Amino acid sequence: MATVQMLYFARLREVLGIERERLVLPDDVTTAGELRAWLARRGDAWAVELDPKRQVRIAVNHDLAGAGQALADGDEVALFPPVTGG
Amino acid sequence: MPVRVQPEDFDISAEIRALRAGRNDVGAVASFIGVMRDFNEGSGVTELTLEHYPGMTEKALQQILDEAHGRWRLQDALVVHRVGCLRPADQIVLVVALSAHREEALAACAFIMDYLKTRAPFWKKERTPAGERWVESRASDDEAAGRWLGGERP
Repeated sequence: MATVQMLYFARLREVLGIERERLVLPDDVTTAGELRAWLARRGDAWAVELDPKRQVRIAVNHDLAGAGQALADGDEVALFPPVTGG
Repeated sequence: MPVRVQPEDFDISAEIRALRAGRNDVGAVASFIGVMRDFNEGSGVTELTLEHYPGMTEKALQQILDEAHGRWRLQDALVVHRVGCLRPADQIVLVVALSAHREEALAACAFIMDYLKTRAPFWKKERTPAGERWVESRASDDEAAGRWLGGERP
């Protein structure tokens, strides 16, 4: 059972109403993509924002991650919209 | 430091002077400054707030510089990106690339900006007469970054 530190940024942080949380993952949530789908099941804004059709970026330990990236205990996982700097 | 994320403004002359200090092998200095304009997507913009992901942003910018160093022969390169509250005409970002030759300095500068636009975790929120809104990412930015894939060297 892995515990991860979640961070949310920009529009996602505002719409979901949360900046950070510590999450204990169920045994069947082992990848970044599975984590996103699991969070979408919280419903309401979570279901809308994390719908597979929406563009959401996932970073694991400060690197952009694909849906298949495995998660480990103690990971820092961030969810955010496509970036708009520069 | 080749990468800085800061609320403070920057001075391109001072930055280039510091980067060039002690070097006599530089033949080309290419630079880019991104500036805040007072319009976007058809409406006026009076204020811009730039958010970032402390830790990841610096790491992503360093990775972009490392990749630029791998593609071109650069003596040095620098990125300074501001965060926080900005006003129209304020400077947002500075990129400087030093090389022996202009082609490499110019290409590296363009590459760093294209990758920064699509890979570095910054987000812009605009204040307009109709209220605040988050800036949406653009497909044209993805296309600009994509042209560097496959080893293309304009």
